[in-house]
Amino acid sequence: MKSWIAYWNILKKDMKNYYLKPPNISWGIIFPVAWTLMFFIKSQSTLGIRDILPGVMSMSILFGTTSMLAVTITFERKSRSFERLLLAPISLNLLMLSKTTGAIIFGVINAFIPVIFASLITDLTGINWILVFGSVLFIAITSTFLGLFIAVSVSEVFEAQTFSNFFRFPMIFLCGLFIPIQSLPVIVRPLSYILPLTYGTDILKSTINGTGFLPVWINFLILIGFALLLFSISIRNIKEKWIY
Amino acid sequence: MNILEVKNLTKKYGDFTAVNNINFAIKKGEIFGFLGPNGAGKTSTINMLTGLSKVTEGSINIFGIDVVKDVKKAQSIMGIVPDESNLYPEMDGFENLCFCASLYGIGKEEREKRAKKLLEQFGLDNVGKKPFKAYSKGMKRKLTIAAGIIHNPKILFLDEPTTGIDVESARQIRSLIMDLNKKGTTVFITTHYIEEAERLCDRIAFIVKGEIVRIGTVDELMQDVQKEKIIQFTLDSGILDIKETLQKDFYNYKIEIIDNNTFRLYSINTISLMSFMKYFDERGFSVYEAKVIKPTLEEVFVKITGIEASKMKKEKEGGRK
Repeated sequence: MKSWIAYWNILKKDMKNYYLKPPNISWGIIFPVAWTLMFFIKSQSTLGIRDILPGVMSMSILFGTTSMLAVTITFERKSRSFERLLLAPISLNLLMLSKTTGAIIFGVINAFIPVIFASLITDLTGINWILVFGSVLFIAITSTFLGLFIAVSVSEVFEAQTFSNFFRFPMIFLCGLFIPIQSLPVIVRPLSYILPLTYGTDILKSTINGTGFLPVWINFLILIGFALLLFSISIRNIKEKWIY
Repeated sequence: MNILEVKNLTKKYGDFTAVNNINFAIKKGEIFGFLGPNGAGKTSTINMLTGLSKVTEGSINIFGIDVVKDVKKAQSIMGIVPDESNLYPEMDGFENLCFCASLYGIGKEEREKRAKKLLEQFGLDNVGKKPFKAYSKGMKRKLTIAAGIIHNPKILFLDEPTTGIDVESARQIRSLIMDLNKKGTTVFITTHYIEEAERLCDRIAFIVKGEIVRIGTVDELMQDVQKEKIIQFTLDSGILDIKETLQKDFYNYKIEIIDNNTFRLYSINTISLMSFMKYFDERGFSVYEAKVIKPTLEEVFVKITGIEASKMKKEKEGGRK
């Protein structure tokens, strides 16, 4: 119970201090809006909108979550206020969950902005929204933990942003967001399969436009595996690098 | 009763040994100080004691809790004030205190009550709604200390609490530390200010190059130097001309000329004032003053460690800039 008071207050503080700040709202909300409009205007028909919606949603989550972690963790680490959290009597796992929950929520909200736009101009009936929410949640979790992994690996905010881009931009092309993985050169495809976004996007594709290539339950299992792996590597890195 | 016991504690960073096999214990209700220059191992020690840094070798036991094995349990009874005021710049004083209390699982109503009380106690109630980033250095330090005690810790760790702040704020902080101690909080403090250690601490450990070179109460530390008695004489006229004769006539005393009219006598044995008064009277000198010189802790520190206090202070404050 006591630990959950700490968990809730860390989450609340991050929401108030970082996520709800105008620059972050502009990055988190305007950015997906801009992507959405760009793709939707380029799309020639209503059928095309359903084709690109999974990719736009995935990209919105990816950019929203990874950008946030660079601020909430790297900045606090730099200013040494993160030490205050490390010295609190709560487990490191719960502490890092509280630091990442805000980014996960932010990512989920970002994902539904393109959905709102799409619903205004095309028919979205026949979509299993529970599956969509599940995949959005897991894309947000794995992207956030990828952001955590990056934030723990660097010491400056700008390094975190640069390092994030090193992952993010290739992922747009490698994870089947807009270009099907099957049409990528064979030599590049293994890279697609080691990136978690591939599997989240595949669930979205299966349920929104029926073009997913793996059974949904396999995608979910792989995403859970990625989430556990990225989180445990990050925790190990924190223990080694920050509690030196 | 010892509430903190440190045995054979060592911290190594690669080949560099920051803390080398130190042993000490802290009694319930005392203020225990670590006094040493930059890089002596003070912060490395406090980081190990509070769980922010891994122990290379040795053991730490706080209130029966093994810090190496169960650091989170130990952290629940510790208050920690780091060497930098590291609260959240965007949050106001009240919010910062409430947030720090929440980290220890304190409910909303109780933490708000405690935050208000602490702001009053620390004279910050008029700035409680101002963001932390707008505070002066002294105010930031006070709020950081308040944040360190909001969960009523059994032991408070203070790392260089008054470094880099103005004299008045430093005085207030020292007074707050003494008040906290009077209310029963055991305090572990690191400092490079000798006068601060002397004024605040019940016991002091001198730490140099990662090793504790002496440990004891101020009186115990003074004993080595106090064995030697010192009397300072001030005469009406110059004594430089008779310096050699004086040293020859009183060969069993060490004589140090301070200036043209003043000199000091050092002796392990009792110094007879009358023989000196008579000696000077016979030679036509009038003795204006003869006073016993008591050694300071600074002299003890310099004698034991070989480090000049002024150099230590300059190094630390230079480092802060």
